[in-house]
Amino acid sequence: MSDVNQSRREFLGKTAAATAGLAIAPGVMLIDMAHGRAPEDAASSSVRWGMLVDSNQCKPGCNDCVTGCNKENGLSGGTSETDSQWIRKVELKDLRSGITASLPMMCQHCAEPPCVDVCPTGASFKRADGIVLVDKHICIGCRYCVMACPYKARSFVHEELTDQNPDVPRGKGVVESCTMCVHRIDKGQNTACADACSAAGHNAIIFGDLNDPNSEIAKRVATYATKQVRADLGLNPGVRYQGI
Amino acid sequence: MSAISLRQIEGRSMGYYMLLAAFGLFVLFGLGSALYMEHNGHIVTGMNNQVVWGMPHVFAVFLIVAASGALNVASIGSVFGKSMYKPLAPLSGLLAIALLGGGLTVLMLDLGRPDRVIVAMTYYNFKSVFAWNVFLYTGFFTIVAAYIWTMMERRMNAFTKPLGVAAFIWRLLLTTGTGSIFGFLVARQAYDSALLAPMFIIMSFAYGLAIYLLVLMVAFNETGRPLGDKVLLRLKKLLAVFISASLYFVAVFHMTNLYFAKKHGIESFILMNGGIYTQLFWIGQILLGGIVPLAILFHPALGKSRTWIAVSSVLVILGGLAQMYVTIIGGQAFPLELFPGMHESSSFFDGVIHGYKPSLPEIMLGIGGIAIAGVITTFAIKILNFLPASLEDKVMDAHHGAKQ
Repeated sequence: MSDVNQSRREFLGKTAAATAGLAIAPGVMLIDMAHGRAPEDAASSSVRWGMLVDSNQCKPGCNDCVTGCNKENGLSGGTSETDSQWIRKVELKDLRSGITASLPMMCQHCAEPPCVDVCPTGASFKRADGIVLVDKHICIGCRYCVMACPYKARSFVHEELTDQNPDVPRGKGVVESCTMCVHRIDKGQNTACADACSAAGHNAIIFGDLNDPNSEIAKRVATYATKQVRADLGLNPGVRYQGI
Repeated sequence: MSAISLRQIEGRSMGYYMLLAAFGLFVLFGLGSALYMEHNGHIVTGMNNQVVWGMPHVFAVFLIVAASGALNVASIGSVFGKSMYKPLAPLSGLLAIALLGGGLTVLMLDLGRPDRVIVAMTYYNFKSVFAWNVFLYTGFFTIVAAYIWTMMERRMNAFTKPLGVAAFIWRLLLTTGTGSIFGFLVARQAYDSALLAPMFIIMSFAYGLAIYLLVLMVAFNETGRPLGDKVLLRLKKLLAVFISASLYFVAVFHMTNLYFAKKHGIESFILMNGGIYTQLFWIGQILLGGIVPLAILFHPALGKSRTWIAVSSVLVILGGLAQMYVTIIGGQAFPLELFPGMHESSSFFDGVIHGYKPSLPEIMLGIGGIAIAGVITTFAIKILNFLPASLEDKVMDAHHGAKQ
């Protein structure tokens, strides 16, 4: 066989593979997208979105989840008394043993959310898949939910905002908090904090469906001892902690 | 039993117009402050993401609580059949409406989105204590207005008693609702107690009566109407009883908390090392708002002096504002405990006492609420027959008869 033929065959083979790849790619993409939710479908109660935070993997001083959240949701990152903070790193020290721990704290997306109970207009609401949100159109800015939240997870917008992310509308005079990156989840993606934590190589935040026995989060919750913050309140939060 | 005639005041004196203008000026200051806060956002107030309810709430909740208390004088007349109180009842109803109007205006104008108040009227979450309160407030206005009408319109007099009973029950519900706004906050150590509802009710008796006494004395003094000792000394005795009962409830509330180890943190903060909150509690609420007025009212000589009775009433009102400041702002200044037994720190002020410095606009908004109540009252006693022509002892004896 001549060299010409040889190279022609190689060329044809590569072209065929590339063509096949191009033909299959959209299908693969579709399969990937199928994990997300079509816009016309309602959120399903068969899903319970949640996050598992492994405090053993969370590094004190690392703030990547906070930075990732701020970037994704268009928050300024300011930490004055009036700035919004959807997620924060909390450093803990046991008063007796002196043992320390570091963990991110955000809206715990309770199954029985006190913020939803107290909201006079129903602006605070829980989606069927367990995500607790604020409807910015009917929030009157009374801040009763901020008073009611046991996790100090909510912020009130004290001034005019600029440079918003179109996917995450916010507004002066209304209350806001972690949305569990609902705009990403609905597209089948991870939360920004979990992605940032993975990128930093810590993998301390796992996002997933607590109701799906095959999901990593459900398996971990079934295998290891996890904790709910203020479990005494019986709120059944969607965010669980390991290692505290 | 002779009826005591009710007559509107003339309201043409320089003093009257000055008073109306002064109230009007403060209403304007209040509205201006609200506009300023609405335009710039709450960044111009002392409130922040740790202390989200500030000075406007101190004034608003005080006014709302005092409103239900101001109705008591009328209730004693129509519900408990004490005829001596009947001529005092219309002013009592008027003050209830005026104070509630002032308080609600402040509460509404402090919202992050006061333009959406219509949303609060059209979207309801019936599990929310706030939503219940929207009904309790509107119902209170309606029932008290109807109650006043039955008192003023002779043909409707027969309905005064049933409406008085309805208004009395409603005012108990209303203050229960106000107290429960805090009582139902399970996560916060300062609140989370069913005792807050009855405590707010008993405090409302004292605050409302103190305001009633002051308004009665000023109105009668300025219009030259005779106000006998019989009425005044009866009301001041009642005020002393209400102050004592309030102190009792405060004692039981803190004693209960002191017994629970998990509440030791908040209790030592309020009672011992909370700085301004501890001072306001002991000096403002307990000493000046409770013990001093009690001592004055029970004093054999001072207790009969009108000046001193007025001083006591002012002290009870100031003590009430101090109590609201300690309850509302002190309760938020103490950090939430997310991890009991652990020291917490974060960029979001976990584990530290939260700061709050009231700003001028929010104080002016609060005072504006008092001024609104003042305008309503001052104007209403001129156009309608709210005030008795005389509460002289001999008139009261003739009216009251042998029935004590």
